[in-house]
Amino acid sequence: MTSNAVIQAKNLDLTFQTNDGPVHALKDVSLDVEAGDFVSFIGPSGCGKTTFLRCIAGLENATGGTLSVNGMTPDEARRNRAYGYVFQAAGLYPWRTIGGNIRLPLEIMGYAKSDQETRVREVMDLVDLKGFEKKYPWQLSGGMQQRASIARALAFDADILLMDEPFGALDEIVRDHLNEQLLALWARTNKTIGFVTHSIPEAVYLSTKIVVMSPRPGRITDVIDSPLPKERPLDIRDTPEFIEVAHRVRDGLRAGHLDD
Amino acid sequence: MKSFLPVLTVVAAIFALWYLAVIPMNMHAALTTAERGGAVISPEGAAARRDLSGISLAANNSEHIASTFNQDRPRLPAPHQVARELWDTTVEKKITSKRSLVFHGWITLSATLLGFAIGTGLGIVLAIGIVHNRAMDMSVMPWAIASQTIPILAIAPMIIVVLNSVGVQGLLPKAIISAYLSFFPVVVGMVKGLRSPDHMQLDLLKTYNASNAQGFWKLRLPASMPYLFASLKIGIAASLVGAIVGELPTGAIRGLGARMLTGSYYGQTIQIWSALLAAAIVAAGLVAIVTLIQRVTLRRMGLS
Repeated sequence: MTSNAVIQAKNLDLTFQTNDGPVHALKDVSLDVEAGDFVSFIGPSGCGKTTFLRCIAGLENATGGTLSVNGMTPDEARRNRAYGYVFQAAGLYPWRTIGGNIRLPLEIMGYAKSDQETRVREVMDLVDLKGFEKKYPWQLSGGMQQRASIARALAFDADILLMDEPFGALDEIVRDHLNEQLLALWARTNKTIGFVTHSIPEAVYLSTKIVVMSPRPGRITDVIDSPLPKERPLDIRDTPEFIEVAHRVRDGLRAGHLDD
Repeated sequence: MKSFLPVLTVVAAIFALWYLAVIPMNMHAALTTAERGGAVISPEGAAARRDLSGISLAANNSEHIASTFNQDRPRLPAPHQVARELWDTTVEKKITSKRSLVFHGWITLSATLLGFAIGTGLGIVLAIGIVHNRAMDMSVMPWAIASQTIPILAIAPMIIVVLNSVGVQGLLPKAIISAYLSFFPVVVGMVKGLRSPDHMQLDLLKTYNASNAQGFWKLRLPASMPYLFASLKIGIAASLVGAIVGELPTGAIRGLGARMLTGSYYGQTIQIWSALLAAAIVAAGLVAIVTLIQRVTLRRMGLS
């Protein structure tokens, strides 16, 4: 128990009651996430990685174990607006401009008008969308829309950023580009990031900590602290260290499937 | 302009059918008049012809077909007769005249608009309640559906009589009948529209710890606009029907419904048909206006 842990899960259980009987979405999940960590959750579908992220966000309630976010329960943390959440789809409001979409959380949280303007400008700069404030979502590409949704999650400057397969629907070229930008953004903002993905290269490239999960019941099979330096150009993916970590992730994923 | 020709073709086909239908519908009367005037008709005598079809009569007495198009009280007036009546009662008559269709049209239109406003307002309020309150969801919707299964013709006189007994007369009773018909599509459309945001959108607001009111104003209401407009188009047409129906059972003397009613009392079919057509034109105009507002609004919202 380090005092530095921002997110702390201890023997977390989550069972959904369905018509086909109980489903163990999460079983005995324990994990510490330190401030400034970039944690990726990787695993096949049904392994509970998204469910775990939603538990952290207070969107699902665990049925057993303990989970604390910023030293509070997830629900308290949600009420305190402790995190920004990026969903799989950008989910921008079509009737609002990009600027208006990014302003949405600020309006809801009651920021002053002038403060709203500065913050919108800042985060649009951060995700490289300068000059698109007055555009509507349909005028932007999928990658740009997702960047706008990241800006929306950053606008109120929460310390934690939770991302649920944010680039899953994008093609690989756009994805590489956004991964690079995300790392740069993380370096500049020092946020703690929780990132769900099913891409091994993406997880290894981005993370300081890779959490490998497996399904039925959803559980953690391996936690890998990445030996890669914080400074990561794209071609780091060809280095032996990178390939070694990727191997370990792949092994962890395979181990989770052995009992299938 | 590409659709000009097909549209014209359909209109021409409707008129052709109408003219064709006029012949058998009015043949009996035409032959009776001609026989009285000394013409030889086969078979002789109105009684002998009563059970024969208009088509066979027209085939046997084709020289009298022309007179089916210009009768004073035809069973089915020809299009040009209705058009002339429409022209006479709108352009030729002063608006203040009791025979002016513009005058009667305005009476009905004002009830329609008031009823539409009441119905839309009520529909939106009910929809908001249904979406935000589980008890209302389970209790209001069945009643709203039940209300629409009652024939409006049965309930309209009761509304008029009850309101009259508490001293409410004139525009309002008709508007209430009109609202009775128009609130329903608005409720159904708005409920669907307010529920149209998906789980992800609602979860997003939850991560902001947004209140229900914020969720309503920022997400649900704007998201419901396309649904609302689809409902309004049905609602405005239903409002007009309601206003006309509200005029029928009460022996009203003003309004398009009253024109239809007096027309049927005195066998003035041309008057009925011209009132009917006037109602259709008003309805088309109203729907066109709603469509225009819809287009402008949704375009400005980036939803179309």
